[in-house]
Amino acid sequence: MGVDRNSGFTALAWFWIVSLVAAPLLYVIAISFMTRGAYGGVEAVFNLENYRRMSDPQMGATLVSSLGRSILLAGLSTILCMLIGFPLALFLVFRAGRFRSVLFFLLIIPFWTNFLIRTYAWMIILSDNGWLNHMLEKIGFQPQSLHLLFTPQAVLIGMVYNYLPYMAMSLYVSVEKLDTKLLEAGADLGAGPVKRFFQITLPLCFPGLIAGSIMVFIPALGEFVIPDILGGGTSLYVGNLLAQQFLTVRNWPFGSALSVVLILFIGLCLWVFEKVTKGQTEDLLA
Amino acid sequence: MLEVIGVSKKFSATKTVVDDVSLTVAAGEFVSILGPSGCGKTTLLRLIAGLEFPDSGSLRLNGQDITHLEPHRRNVHTVFQRYALFPHMNIFDNIAFGLRCKKVAEKDIKLRVEEMLELANLKGQGGRLVTSLSGGEQQRVALVRALANMPNLLLLDEPLGALDLKLRLQLQQELVAIQKRVKTTFVFVTHDQQEALNMSDRVAVMNKGKIVQLGTPNEIYEFPKCFFVASFVGGINSLKGTLREESGKFLCDVDGLGLYFVEPPNDQKISGSLGAVCLRPEKLTIFSRRPTTMENVAEGNIRALTYLGTHTQFEVTLKNGNNVTVFQQNTQKLAKKVFQAGDRIHLGWQTVQSHYFPENQLQ
Repeated sequence: MGVDRNSGFTALAWFWIVSLVAAPLLYVIAISFMTRGAYGGVEAVFNLENYRRMSDPQMGATLVSSLGRSILLAGLSTILCMLIGFPLALFLVFRAGRFRSVLFFLLIIPFWTNFLIRTYAWMIILSDNGWLNHMLEKIGFQPQSLHLLFTPQAVLIGMVYNYLPYMAMSLYVSVEKLDTKLLEAGADLGAGPVKRFFQITLPLCFPGLIAGSIMVFIPALGEFVIPDILGGGTSLYVGNLLAQQFLTVRNWPFGSALSVVLILFIGLCLWVFEKVTKGQTEDLLA
Repeated sequence: MLEVIGVSKKFSATKTVVDDVSLTVAAGEFVSILGPSGCGKTTLLRLIAGLEFPDSGSLRLNGQDITHLEPHRRNVHTVFQRYALFPHMNIFDNIAFGLRCKKVAEKDIKLRVEEMLELANLKGQGGRLVTSLSGGEQQRVALVRALANMPNLLLLDEPLGALDLKLRLQLQQELVAIQKRVKTTFVFVTHDQQEALNMSDRVAVMNKGKIVQLGTPNEIYEFPKCFFVASFVGGINSLKGTLREESGKFLCDVDGLGLYFVEPPNDQKISGSLGAVCLRPEKLTIFSRRPTTMENVAEGNIRALTYLGTHTQFEVTLKNGNNVTVFQQNTQKLAKKVFQAGDRIHLGWQTVQSHYFPENQLQ
């Protein structure tokens, strides 16, 4: 009986992986080698043109600059999420006391609202006639002193806002598991608060930090909605480039080829992450 | 020298964990704080370490007031209950942690850590991960990690509690030997009376946030000031009765059993008050016939006995139904048991071997 049930689960897992992960992926890869039809459809004619096109000077330059912009944005978002998320996680675990679960709940509540609505809400806050400028005016600044909306800064604010919970939650789990006796031992042995953080808390929460970074960096790399809404489409990110091919230009084969390249790039990033962090996480698991 | 002066700590308005405790520990002394769980002994230790701050009272170390000093600023180090070794560091880095905090030169650190590794019987093993160590090894690393900083005072919070009995006994000896070698003042918290009696120069017995008695192991065991100390440190039998005075001598009238001489403390010499004669199991002697050499005798039956080689433990039911435990050394080489279960016997003791406690102290 036990064996049967196990194989049932295994079959289910395989079904899941094949139908939801492998099949779509293979479909994208297959399409990337096909030809675009006259009316935006896909014709099953083998063709390497899509990949060749990425190396032509104009397209290549667009691709590299948008990818560079996306890496910068994703990297900055990840770092800002860390800088905000770590103190937040520490506060929730060590200082929030009986409000801990309420505050943690508040961290999750925004997910109940549609992502687009939340992002549009930031338009209202950041626009020249928005709440932020009104607030600044009230405390004595010039009217409309901040021009944030449709700038890269607005995009960054939106990214950090949307991705922070992933970083904060993954760090929260790590910090919660941290044995406070170790911090006491550190204090006892003469380490001040700063030293305790860098010598004890940070290394022991490293796995959570890495997990959080992956959860922020990778989706942030392909993000195109936030740059569209809060950046006003003024600068092209790799996600926009991709979305355009599928939604506007309707060149699915070329869009698929771009996707494959992006997937390979993300795979490379993960591999580097793994290499960099290998020693440290293994020490902790030993 | 450590001076704890009238220190109190409350965790809430109604919950006083440490209640007006005063204690002086001389330099180089080994003092144990002994008490049941929840008596406030760990909190007292954390107050000395600076991991908690007292609501009132003060702490002085070598004449310096350390009451409000942060833990990392006092030269007091702690060996934690479950060691609290840093899992992301090897043995060497664990031991070097405190020295690095003090910015000691790396080559001096190396020498000091090597010395500590030798003290911990882990010579040349500094590169091992602490997660690969056995319980006893972890305990020793925790000890030398604290000692590496040459503290004025070392605090130990039930450091042997997580080990099995055999290892615990061995480490008790090692710990005392190390303490004698490094001559550091040790304050050792434990709930294990054997450990406290075996290791310490002096023992402070705590109950309900207060130190109820402070003295050498002998004083604590042989001259307990109250019933709590008598019953927590070692076994005790108690026979309840009424105190009577007869021509300057005090007797306890135990219902259905008889009159027994007692020596109550001065403030308890109240004729007619209720109390109990308390007797340690090893202070009682079993006789087959009524002895004439003993000042006090009680009649009873042996209900059960356990032969333990060095001694035999008897469970005796006295004439009035009271159950008492008696230990008899097996001093003679005998092939047979002298007493059998069911035997009618007499228990005898001298008055100085007994204790008297008033009724309000009995649980």
